[in-house]
Amino acid sequence: MLSIKDLHAEVDGKTILKGLSLEINAGEVHAIMGPNGSGKSTLGHVLSGRPGYEITGGSVEFMGKDIFEMETEERAHLGLFLAFQYPVEIPGVSNMEFLKAAVDAVRESRDEEAFDTVSFMRKAREACTAVDLDQAFLKRGVNEGFSGGEKKRNELMQMMLLEPKLCILDETDSGLDIDALQVVAKGVNTMRAEDRAFLLVTHYQRLLDYIEPDYVHVLADGRIVKSGDKSLALELEEKGYGWLEVEVA
Amino acid sequence: MTDLLTPQLNIETAVPDWLQARRLTGRAAWDNGSMPTRKTEDWKYTSLYPLQQDFTAAPVSDASAAELGLDLPELSGSRLVFVNGHWREDLSTLVADAAIEVVRFSEANAEQSALIGEHLGTTVPGTKHLFAMLNDAALSDGVFLRVRANSKAQHPVQLVWHNSRAESTFISNQRLLVLAETHSEASLVEHFSGRNNAFTNGVSELVLGPGAKLNHSRLHLESPEALHIGGLHVRLDRDATLESFHLALGGKLKRIDIVINHEGTGAHCQLDGIYLLRGNEHIDYHTCIEHAVPHCTTDETFRGIIGDKARAVFNGRIHIHPDAQKTHAQLSNKNLLTSATAEVNTKPELEIYADDVQCAHGATIAQLDDAMLHYLRTRGIPEDEALVLLSYGFINALVETQALDALRDYLKPLLADYFGATSESASEQGSNLTRHIGA
Ligand SMILES: Nc1ncnc2c1ncn2[C@@H]1O[C@H](COP(=O)(O)OP(=O)(O)OP(=O)(O)O)[C@@H](O)[C@H]1O
Ligand SMILES: [Mg+2]
Repeated sequence: MLSIKDLHAEVDGKTILKGLSLEINAGEVHAIMGPNGSGKSTLGHVLSGRPGYEITGGSVEFMGKDIFEMETEERAHLGLFLAFQYPVEIPGVSNMEFLKAAVDAVRESRDEEAFDTVSFMRKAREACTAVDLDQAFLKRGVNEGFSGGEKKRNELMQMMLLEPKLCILDETDSGLDIDALQVVAKGVNTMRAEDRAFLLVTHYQRLLDYIEPDYVHVLADGRIVKSGDKSLALELEEKGYGWLEVEVA
Repeated sequence: MTDLLTPQLNIETAVPDWLQARRLTGRAAWDNGSMPTRKTEDWKYTSLYPLQQDFTAAPVSDASAAELGLDLPELSGSRLVFVNGHWREDLSTLVADAAIEVVRFSEANAEQSALIGEHLGTTVPGTKHLFAMLNDAALSDGVFLRVRANSKAQHPVQLVWHNSRAESTFISNQRLLVLAETHSEASLVEHFSGRNNAFTNGVSELVLGPGAKLNHSRLHLESPEALHIGGLHVRLDRDATLESFHLALGGKLKRIDIVINHEGTGAHCQLDGIYLLRGNEHIDYHTCIEHAVPHCTTDETFRGIIGDKARAVFNGRIHIHPDAQKTHAQLSNKNLLTSATAEVNTKPELEIYADDVQCAHGATIAQLDDAMLHYLRTRGIPEDEALVLLSYGFINALVETQALDALRDYLKPLLADYFGATSESASEQGSNLTRHIGA
């Protein structure tokens, strides 16, 4: 589904990704851990096509297509979804307008029929309930004045409504209380499917207690320096990242 | 003074004395005045060059509403329609409302005529507003709206000034006097539209008595070629409340002066405005709030979106006189530039001569936020639709606070269409871009 080969990328002239390779197949759940500033969010931004990030080497295929040949929205239409570490506030655009516009655009691109207003309202309300957000949040500006946890739930709600193929969750668990963490876990677990994959960026083993990953990777200094199964996460929790650098060096 | 603008000042004689007197003083002031230039501080960024042409008298039009392209909000009350400045009874509707008297100057009865004579022009003292003097000089007919003391109007009053297409460029003179008496309450919508390059010289005066409440909107939905120099001049007596909403679209040269005088303690004014420019348009709002007495409040917010090679000017002055203690005034002006060649000159001017006041002001100029745009696109929303959502979102809050439901319902799709039409695409595409607004 996603095949990243020797990816190099820079921002503002500073090289952040330095030869990152990663293969993700449908049905799999991958976790990426790594020290602050190692390039985890950068990877998500590069995959989403955020302006300002320059690809200086390597290749990425998503669903068999060269991802860099596609506009940001086309990637979303193909099923790429990034839950932002820091979701953007958009005053003046209501969450409801935003969600409907997004779902219509994605469904249209797949030649699926648009939801009528009533059934979409129902779906949106259900999604609210699923992530434990009050329905009043549908009327508010996108993420406007939402607390950190509410923003994360809102990201999750979008993921549920858009039904993507590859879900990248960039620290969706950070700053969440234990109840919210379970909401995230439940959301991901119910969406786990044969034809869908997840890439979870996290600093905490505790998320992986609820969402069992097939693979755990360590990203350090712009590259995957170690990959393993879920036991690697436990090891990291115990020993930190220091021992890896020694091993890599 | 250039007489390009003064060829056909009225000379009929059978008019009330007060009218003739206004004309004569207006004429004298206009003749003695000199046309503002770019060196005139108040006109620094707005050139009157587009007025350097021959104007004709406004032709009478009998075109139907459909031919005129009149598309008006469906408000329940009286609607007075003027086309090219001429009254069109056939397009107007009068709805009886015990709280309200609405007449043209020429139809005013003796009592009304006396009230007009007493108040007309009192909001525009002196000769500073030269185009108001021209308006006086050319005065033939206008609208007088009286809201009776201690009563509440049942329906909003709608005044429409529309300019039709014509061979030549003509001048259309517009005048309104509103007298909202003690503890009265009413809503009023001024609507300017047209599909041509006529020059509208407009003056609206609002006189609010003690405790009076007026909800006022002034909509400029004119063509990109329109020329409009207009003024809204207001006097607020003790505890009066004015809510005034402004919207300006279109205009080769549009200059609107809004002058609000707090003359009685405890008066409150909420002033909101939106200006949207594209192409080569030029819109200039000059607002001036005079706080002459204590305990008055002003809450002013203007937002503009400027695209292409258009240029907006916003000058917001709040003048707090030495006696105006306990004034609360805030002024915010935010501008969004959607092209590299768009320009805005914004200047909030606070002049404070009293020490116990609370005042805040701020002006910003920004480009569309890349992070917001990207976020929308990551959710699959196409870039052109994302731009429309963000632009509309920038002004949305000001539309939402509009008190008249029917006006909001009229403005929302109109504004959505405006943004949808920015792309070169056909209108079908346009509606695709706006279909989620208000979802
Ligand atoms: N515009 C920029 N200019 C220069 N450096 C940048 C810019 N944006 C990001 N960086 C740097 O890129 C590096 C990687 O950042 P990134 O956000 O990908 O880290 P991360 O692994 O997600 O960290 P965290 O765990 O703290 O979220 C950091 O050192 C960051 O300071
Ligand atoms: Mg990060």
